Amino acid sequence: MSGSTTIMLCAGTSCTTNRCVAVREALEQELAQQGLQDSVEIVDTGCHGFCAHGPIMTVQPEGIFYQRLTASDVPRLVSEHLVKGQPVRDLMYTPPEGGPTIPKLSDIGFFGKQRLIALANRGLINPESIDEYIGRGGYDALATALTQLTPEDIVKEIKSSGLRGRGGAGFPTGLKWEFCKAAMGSPKYVICNADEGDPGAFMDRSIIESDPHAVLEGMAIGAHAIGASQGIVYLRDEYPLALQRVNIAIEQAREYGLIGENILGTGFSFDLTVNRGAGAFVCGEETSLINSLEGAMPEPRTRPPFPAQCGYNGKPTNINNVETWANIPHIIARGSAWFASIGTASSKGTKVFSIVGKLRNTGLIEVPMGTTLRDIVFDIGGGVMNGKAFKAIQTGGPSGGCLPAALLDTPVDYESLRKAGAIMGSGGLIVMDESTCMVEVARFFLSFTQGESCGKCPPCREGTRHMLNILTDITEGKGEPGDIELLEEMGAAIKETAVCGLGNTAPNPVLTTIRYFRDEYEAHINDRRCTACVCKALITYSITADMCTGCHACFKNCPTQAIVGQVKTPHEITQSKCVKCGMCKTICKFDAVRCE
Amino acid sequence: MVTLTIDGQPVEVPEDFTVLRAAKTLGITIPTLCYNSHLKPYGGCRVCLVEVTPSGGRTGGGLVPACAYPVQEGLCIETDSERVLQARRFVVALLLASAPEAPEMQELAASVGVSAETFDKTDAVGQYLLRRAAKPPSTRCIKCGLCVRVCDEFVGMSATTFTQRGTDRKVTTPFGKISPTCIGCGACAYLCPTHAITIEPAE
Repeated sequence: MSGSTTIMLCAGTSCTTNRCVAVREALEQELAQQGLQDSVEIVDTGCHGFCAHGPIMTVQPEGIFYQRLTASDVPRLVSEHLVKGQPVRDLMYTPPEGGPTIPKLSDIGFFGKQRLIALANRGLINPESIDEYIGRGGYDALATALTQLTPEDIVKEIKSSGLRGRGGAGFPTGLKWEFCKAAMGSPKYVICNADEGDPGAFMDRSIIESDPHAVLEGMAIGAHAIGASQGIVYLRDEYPLALQRVNIAIEQAREYGLIGENILGTGFSFDLTVNRGAGAFVCGEETSLINSLEGAMPEPRTRPPFPAQCGYNGKPTNINNVETWANIPHIIARGSAWFASIGTASSKGTKVFSIVGKLRNTGLIEVPMGTTLRDIVFDIGGGVMNGKAFKAIQTGGPSGGCLPAALLDTPVDYESLRKAGAIMGSGGLIVMDESTCMVEVARFFLSFTQGESCGKCPPCREGTRHMLNILTDITEGKGEPGDIELLEEMGAAIKETAVCGLGNTAPNPVLTTIRYFRDEYEAHINDRRCTACVCKALITYSITADMCTGCHACFKNCPTQAIVGQVKTPHEITQSKCVKCGMCKTICKFDAVRCE
Repeated sequence: MVTLTIDGQPVEVPEDFTVLRAAKTLGITIPTLCYNSHLKPYGGCRVCLVEVTPSGGRTGGGLVPACAYPVQEGLCIETDSERVLQARRFVVALLLASAPEAPEMQELAASVGVSAETFDKTDAVGQYLLRRAAKPPSTRCIKCGLCVRVCDEFVGMSATTFTQRGTDRKVTTPFGKISPTCIGCGACAYLCPTHAITIEPAE
């Protein structure tokens, strides 16, 4: 091999935790040993999204994709592929459902149905290099916005693109800008909400980690449109890599004169600071975020006045989510008509989702609005792992809703999801299989939102606590007839009376699991049974004598010595000692352990 | 001046009025708890929720806190619709369940039709909150924040603050010690709607 070969090594948070740094070190060492250090370049990229298969890399220009690499794979990879020019097939991706090995990233089903706008540069550039961003057309849109468009033009363009807020509520972005632009007061502020707090969601983190300049460029364009001179990125402190990359990006942009005083000689000045959020879920709510920025307790303010009129420091403020900002340069560069041609009638463009849970291909994806949940779960996500059956998908994080298999053909857009009782949210999708107890899931999600309630209003502070107590009672076998209706009524009342989005949506997981999995609640309350075999107070393990071969495996592995029996004779479980950990069932090769 | 309609009655009030003040000029009483006319509107306790009804092209129709909601031209408000009364009873029942021994809370609850004895038998939520729910640790504090806000906004000392969040939220002094900035003015104790704060003479 000769000429310019580039190794695009994923250095997102997921691949980093899967020891991609060791892979990089091994690559450097091996390239040096083979004398290839000058002809092969290694580029650390942001997240590719194929997180279940990390560490991953592509070898360019051929686009050969390698996955699940370890440092010990590297010598073979370098000598075979980079020296002899023979790509290593067993390090490539083979679909778990069978079929031939797939050498190229673009041919893998996971990537095939995706359409990238906010993540357009993922895996293609070094996120710490502004030159690579500019090389891919970066900051062209800002130049266009500053030299060829008036602020009115920009607002009009964003309005006609149909872009809606990607943080969850789906408010039209152009309209939000128009309100802030029209508001009296100076200075005005633009804020990037990067306080992504949903468990299992990492859309915003990945965007910042893989393409931070897209966010900064979007903010600069927005600031010009609104008349703001100061921007703030509110980033949660749990994201150290994103913090590092956004800081580098700001410094580079400042050095290149793309933010700061008199940008591109147009007289427009705009600068940015980063504020690290200390980890309160409620700060994702924009007025709580403003409170936090001002050094006050993070709790929501009553609206009106809206932040567009009276926000940070009492000044007109426009807050958008990371993904919303990252869409802006593309809309300005390619036009609102192009953007509006993607998606559904009311939800335009694409949406980034983190797909997690019991899926084969967990990771980060971007799909056109209107893609069905089925396409996401099965075509992109590769279906449920370990051959189990799909049970439910939770959209919108802990304040979203759980939808059953019957609703898998629901298209992902704001209205369809809301109609089903769920929400788009910021884009967390959690897939659950048949071994999941939906009552326990509802209890788990509510325990999260209840713990994150700021405590300002009684419905969220007290109401969610009561709901959680009722749910806990049900999972512990202490449910009473009428509890389902009680939860429904209380949930509806909390949604109606709480101050902010946190309380308005916290009952959603409970209400949707009741709506779609009512029989499970009834089994818990009326029959004292947990059909998924999860709630310990309601289940019993036993050994079917006919099927037990007396192999002794359960006996040896039971942590509480609850199993009795001689080798080659049927075993039994001493119920008083059993802690219901399920180890015996997992370990039994003869399916002799039953749980009911 | 703007004109709005409250419970079907038109009223003209200055632009900087809240719905609560506008209602007062009509002699309509909306119960409040965390409200004080000398402090900035907080909208926390939700006792004063009223309904914005669609009119003149307005959509929406949500429940809003009367104490914090600014008047607007053409606004239509209902203060005693079934929806409002139901929401109010729910919020007051939650508060009463959190401080059942406070006589002031019992009084407020009774005034809006909420008590363990008289609660409508068909109201499962009220029955649960006042009869079945586990009793909270004995407290009179209903976390309305009046004490914290008066000390910050009016006295200017910020001797107390909220700490923690959610159900753990409580009013306390810095590090739980005698506040170095407290001047003993007693404003917090004076405003506390449930007399949860007592003033003791210094030794």
